[in-house]
Amino acid sequence: MGYMEIIIGGIFVNNILLAQFLGNCPFLGTSKKMETAVGMAMAVVFVLVLAGVITWVLYTFFLVPYKLVYMRTIAFILVIASLVQFVEMFLKKSIPALYAGLGIFLPLITTNCAVFGACILNVDKDLNFMKTLVQSVAYAVGFGLALILFAGVRERIILARVPKPLQDTSIGLVTAGILSLTFYAFKGMI
Amino acid sequence: MAKTLTQEFTKGLWEEIAPFRLVLGLCPVLGVTTTIENGIGMGLATTFVLVFSNILVASLRNIIPSKVRIACFIIIIATFVVVTELLMQAFTYTLFLKLGVFIPLIVVNCIVLGRAEAFASKNSLTFSIADGLGIGIGFTLSLAALGAVRELFGANNLTIWTTPTSIIGIQEVFGTNFEPFTFMVQAPGAFVCLGLMLCLMNLVGSK
Repeated sequence: MGYMEIIIGGIFVNNILLAQFLGNCPFLGTSKKMETAVGMAMAVVFVLVLAGVITWVLYTFFLVPYKLVYMRTIAFILVIASLVQFVEMFLKKSIPALYAGLGIFLPLITTNCAVFGACILNVDKDLNFMKTLVQSVAYAVGFGLALILFAGVRERIILARVPKPLQDTSIGLVTAGILSLTFYAFKGMI
Repeated sequence: MAKTLTQEFTKGLWEEIAPFRLVLGLCPVLGVTTTIENGIGMGLATTFVLVFSNILVASLRNIIPSKVRIACFIIIIATFVVVTELLMQAFTYTLFLKLGVFIPLIVVNCIVLGRAEAFASKNSLTFSIADGLGIGIGFTLSLAALGAVRELFGANNLTIWTTPTSIIGIQEVFGTNFEPFTFMVQAPGAFVCLGLMLCLMNLVGSK
């Protein structure tokens, strides 16, 4: 697999939200306003790349040599949880402006399936270090892109007259389906 | 407002049916429901984790310090997820392969953590078991329902369980001339289908 393929595959074809269905709770939860969507997208980009790289290192140099692969679920969730805590403390001290921007979204990321799922997918595919890094960045960018596009559409839908039973989440899901269809069209590229 | 044991159990089946009413834990709901079989398997795996993590959280609720409770809950849940993973690898290997990444992902399923935090950490053991079972079965039913709709129109089949030698279910429900509506089993179909089912539930519920 070339790098170009990983990048396009990660951002469009295997988009983590719309094609792999990971991280859908924040996708629907934070997409009602553009501001929150941007905050969530940034927080995920930040943590997903860090977590992807760190869990890969942990998996390759610790879990595999010591035959502890079956423990990876526990190990990864602990790494992600402590990483989020650490990033939160670090940002609070050194970059307060960014911390204020990300705000409540950082702690929420611990239970974001996108981060955990991407880590599992990375090690499942047996990628090397550079490819893991590129893949994580591509997934993270794909997440941000999809979330921000969706938030833009959803802000407009609020203004439209939607039949009562279809309102809110229901029309949101149908919209996500149409968005997913457009991403699906990139399948021909790789 | 004290509820009886039966009420705690049945609320998970309709009033608070997790994927539809609370819109939580959507990743597996959308990701695995290409067939009924996958839906049921995923639902049962989640129910298992849900019930056992509820049991442990409820029995330890007076010991766990409240400041680190979320971390403790996550470790308890992760333990049961690993147990599920190993059991499924041993007994239902083909299903385990089909569900793939979604089995370890039960760890970050908001429903499981949500029930531990909102219910099991505040209620007694028996009530927590009833709650876990109710929510779990409700989750399984909604996964199976979505899987049924998607498989019926998308592949023209209804597979309930596959054993190595035979398939339990109905093949080619609409006859051989029916052209399967493949959109339904692909990724975009999942969103649209769930959205329309939600709409249907709102319609029924509002009456």
